[in-house]
Amino acid sequence: MKQVSSLKRTPVPYVLFFTLPAVVLLCCFLVVPVVLSFGFSFMNFNMLKPQAAFFDGMENYMRVFHDQTFYKTIRNTFYFAIVVVCYQDSLAFILALLVRRKFKGVGVFRVAYFTPLVTSITVVSILWTFIYNPNPTQGLLNAFLVKLGFEPCPFLHDPKTAMNAIIFMSGWHSAGYHMMILLAGLQAIPNELYEAAEIDGANTFQQFIHVTLPGMRNVLIFVVQVTMISAMKLFTQPYVMTQGGPKESTKTLTYYIYQQGFQFRNIGYASTISVLFFIIVVTMSLTVKRIVRQK
Amino acid sequence: MTCRQRNQLIIYVVNTVLGLLYLSPLLWMVASSVKPESRIFSDMTKGLAAFVPFGFTLENYKTVFRESNLFHCIGNSVFYVSILVCLSLLVNSMCGYALAKFQFGGRNALFTTIIALFVLPLESIVLALYWIVYKIGWNDTYFALIVPFAAKCFDIYLFRQFFLDVPDDLIEAASIDGAGQIRTFFQLVVPVSGPVFCTVLILDYVAYWSDFMWPLLVTMSDTKKTVQLGLQAFFTEPPIYYGPIMASLVVSIIPMVVMFLFFQKYYVQGIAATGIKG
Repeated sequence: MKQVSSLKRTPVPYVLFFTLPAVVLLCCFLVVPVVLSFGFSFMNFNMLKPQAAFFDGMENYMRVFHDQTFYKTIRNTFYFAIVVVCYQDSLAFILALLVRRKFKGVGVFRVAYFTPLVTSITVVSILWTFIYNPNPTQGLLNAFLVKLGFEPCPFLHDPKTAMNAIIFMSGWHSAGYHMMILLAGLQAIPNELYEAAEIDGANTFQQFIHVTLPGMRNVLIFVVQVTMISAMKLFTQPYVMTQGGPKESTKTLTYYIYQQGFQFRNIGYASTISVLFFIIVVTMSLTVKRIVRQK
Repeated sequence: MTCRQRNQLIIYVVNTVLGLLYLSPLLWMVASSVKPESRIFSDMTKGLAAFVPFGFTLENYKTVFRESNLFHCIGNSVFYVSILVCLSLLVNSMCGYALAKFQFGGRNALFTTIIALFVLPLESIVLALYWIVYKIGWNDTYFALIVPFAAKCFDIYLFRQFFLDVPDDLIEAASIDGAGQIRTFFQLVVPVSGPVFCTVLILDYVAYWSDFMWPLLVTMSDTKKTVQLGLQAFFTEPPIYYGPIMASLVVSIIPMVVMFLFFQKYYVQGIAATGIKG
């Protein structure tokens, strides 16, 4: 650790006064729920009949491995996460490169790319449900497609296109956020490196390959990791736009947890899925470089 | 024209086209919110007219005011998010301060645990959390929305990192002057830590304002609905008219816009800081 405080030992009452509120809250509402989730995952536990709950060992886990819907939600979730990482992060990188240099009016463009973030994901989900309306007289995007001479696209109403439509919208909404992180990374690359490269006769493209990309390596890894993990939690968009349909093509892991736990009141089985979801996300976080390096 | 000027021009053109495309969904939302219903559809087939507020009217906004409880929901959200954020600033800054400046056994263990809890996705414990809240009897109360989220590992981490850079001499000087630890923190450290408080404030405000899943689970009565749930309810109740829904979307983002006008700098700094540290 960089800095060890030189202050002397603090009396225990002060330590408790400062740390106890946070520690108690974290225990009650973070640690205990984790333990409970593991416990519930081995139980046959229905919210409507809590008295009838009983342990039945690995039964839920056996069930999950034969559950076709579970596999489908895993596939959907990973499809979303992988495509959104490629599409949203490249978009964010392009935007960051476009607004990197200071020029007149650059602030306006930065704000423009950032604006969707100011609206919540619920707002944009509702808005894009209208934009994606399959009827060319009611959906903005189809109205334009027809005007340009294309066939109207069913978007959210076809299992083949529904997830892609959600991906397109989500990338549009969140790219500005990652653009900001990447922009900070770009600005941290010393200008001398570019000047030296220019003296050596490197053109813009060569500068990008040999100066920008190596300098951005760590930031890019970080952005990909953050995007991937938050993409795994996809819930609001399918809930608002498609309710997991059509034909379960947009049903994600978290949506399935919600459905099992709160629509079917199947706490036990939903906890089993939660535990598996937990293991997937934690494994992903740990396999890539640690999120936060200690200062 | 030199090469540099040409590059500059290309950047302007690309940015302008992309920027307009980027904003077009939101422009359509705002334009449609002030149009009569029939005009929204007739303009849509006429290309760019869809983005121009022809036939300007505030009728849609009046409809939202009359027929939905959206304003009540916005009030709810402002109320509970404000309390939650204040509580979170207090609890997390104190814990972060102790981790940065106090000497006590188990400090590193506590810090490591908090870092480890980062990776825990809320979605995986949401059922158990719901069950706890239900057992306490907080279901459908503001407590359920506020208390479970007051302590947040990431905020504690941000505060700790900031407080590490507060000079020890300053704190020692205060203790020589006879100020206790509590007074030192609230009267000396907090006033010089504006930036970190603003950053955590805006990051949390945006996160909780946009939260959807948890309020969906714990609020039942219409009077407790948060803004996101109010929008969702208004959007799913037939008959569905575009105009009033667009108006409700516009109204619902106003509090966020206001927050951003004040705290945008800190939001951007907060985001940028997370990246640089990684």
